[in-house]
Amino acid sequence: MKTTEILIAGFGGQGILFSGKFLAYKGLLEDLQVSWLPSYGPEMRGGTANCNVILSDTPVGSPIITSPNVLIAMNLPSLEKYVDTVVAGGQIYVDSSLIDAKVEREDVEVFYIPATQMAKDEGISTLANMIIVGHLLENNPELSFDGAAEVVEKLVPPKKAALKELNMKALSLGKNYNK
Amino acid sequence: MAERILMKGNEAIAEAAIRSGCRHYFGYPITPQTEIAAYMAKKMPKIGGVFLQAESEIASINMVYGAAAAGMRVMTSSSSPGISLKTEGLSYIAGSDVPALVVNVQRGGPGLGGIQPSQSDYFQATKGGGHGDYRMIVLAPASVQEMASLTMKGFDLADKYCVTSMILADGTIGQMMEPITFEDAEPNVYDKPWALTGTECKRPHNVVNSLYLKPDQLEKKNFERFEKYAEIEKNEAMWEEYMMDDAEICVVAFGIASRIAKNAVAEARKAGIKVGLIRPITLWPFPTQALRAAADKVKAFISVELNMGQMIEDVKLATENKRPVTLCNRTGGMIPTPDEVLAAINKAEKGEF
Repeated sequence: MKTTEILIAGFGGQGILFSGKFLAYKGLLEDLQVSWLPSYGPEMRGGTANCNVILSDTPVGSPIITSPNVLIAMNLPSLEKYVDTVVAGGQIYVDSSLIDAKVEREDVEVFYIPATQMAKDEGISTLANMIIVGHLLENNPELSFDGAAEVVEKLVPPKKAALKELNMKALSLGKNYNK
Repeated sequence: MAERILMKGNEAIAEAAIRSGCRHYFGYPITPQTEIAAYMAKKMPKIGGVFLQAESEIASINMVYGAAAAGMRVMTSSSSPGISLKTEGLSYIAGSDVPALVVNVQRGGPGLGGIQPSQSDYFQATKGGGHGDYRMIVLAPASVQEMASLTMKGFDLADKYCVTSMILADGTIGQMMEPITFEDAEPNVYDKPWALTGTECKRPHNVVNSLYLKPDQLEKKNFERFEKYAEIEKNEAMWEEYMMDDAEICVVAFGIASRIAKNAVAEARKAGIKVGLIRPITLWPFPTQALRAAADKVKAFISVELNMGQMIEDVKLATENKRPVTLCNRTGGMIPTPDEVLAAINKAEKGEF
């Protein structure tokens, strides 16, 4: 049995829910059991946003994540709030253009990605989230990069077709970061 | 097999309703169920259906009453404070014996409360809410798939018995996405010879009404209605049992609480504790038979709820207090962790009640 619990957290507007949706659809494509749970309500309006994604090869019990295997932190409050909840041996992805702090735990793998800066430099400033997701896919062979284009195709509405290429660009930037 | 698609629980309800032949939706927006109305607003005009945002919850439930009286498959949806406003209409609909589907995606209360998930409308849903002697069938989905399947079932049961079916969900299941499949099937159609469809001068007038000024007539009507309710209690209770075969402790939970409880039960089993779960799928009729049978086998019950302890009363009634029943709960929009449920299981295992 393999269950991956991914907690994505940041500000509203950073595409937290969208990146969670991407991972959920990726899981669906891999024939996994999937749950996606967003924070909702006033939290979403400029405050903190977070999203719980569970991918498993067995039915998902509670969709609420208390001990994630993977944490994506897109701002400092989120990192501070969740850093200690990550299971030992888990992964933490930090947007290091927005977060100066370092993770002091030694029992987790930490990836510092200056995603917001990278996105700005490439003229895709709203897609820092997908840069991190690209790096996550690269680090987790069971999720794999294959099929990413198919998921983007599904998620981006036809009216915004131009965003498909940009999302793929962001994913690739993340995939190749640090190589 | 049909394709697996990802959908929010709220959207699953709306899609299932359309597939059930519902072409009339009347509502008023409120978090956390607004996706139902949004989905209906988008889809209904394209398929010749009616989506109407009424001026208030009270107006919308009375539009439901009217469409139901005309024999239509009809629904409304709201969240806790909005359901309170609708309860007058629910009582009239029950008093007129017309079928309807009402969705309550619960949030914390009382009053305006909050917008985070809750199960604190259990009493309101299962014990009446509105005035008078009446019942509603109450269905409690625990997954996005069940949001759809119980909506379809709810329409059928409503038509079959001429009652209101209520889907009692919560903010979590409404907002979450899970894979779901829809089988291609034609909706069931029920004869409604009582419906107000116009006589075309070929039959006597049908009358849909809840007013009976002569007490003997009202009593007779209520007796008849309760015969119908007795049939429902006999035939329609639904529940799921999980690891109950050799269980010595029985956790009882519905909806989102049952998902959390399941994690805790699996964890406790790893530690060798013989614990199982009974998940009521219908809250009314309550699965009394399952609880009664369990009471002969287990040494304790734990009711896990997102309220101050409401279903626990039905657990005690169903088990006739043969075994201790403890409460494991959070409220106000807070959700217990599996560890909190596990702690309650460990306490029960040690005989601490």
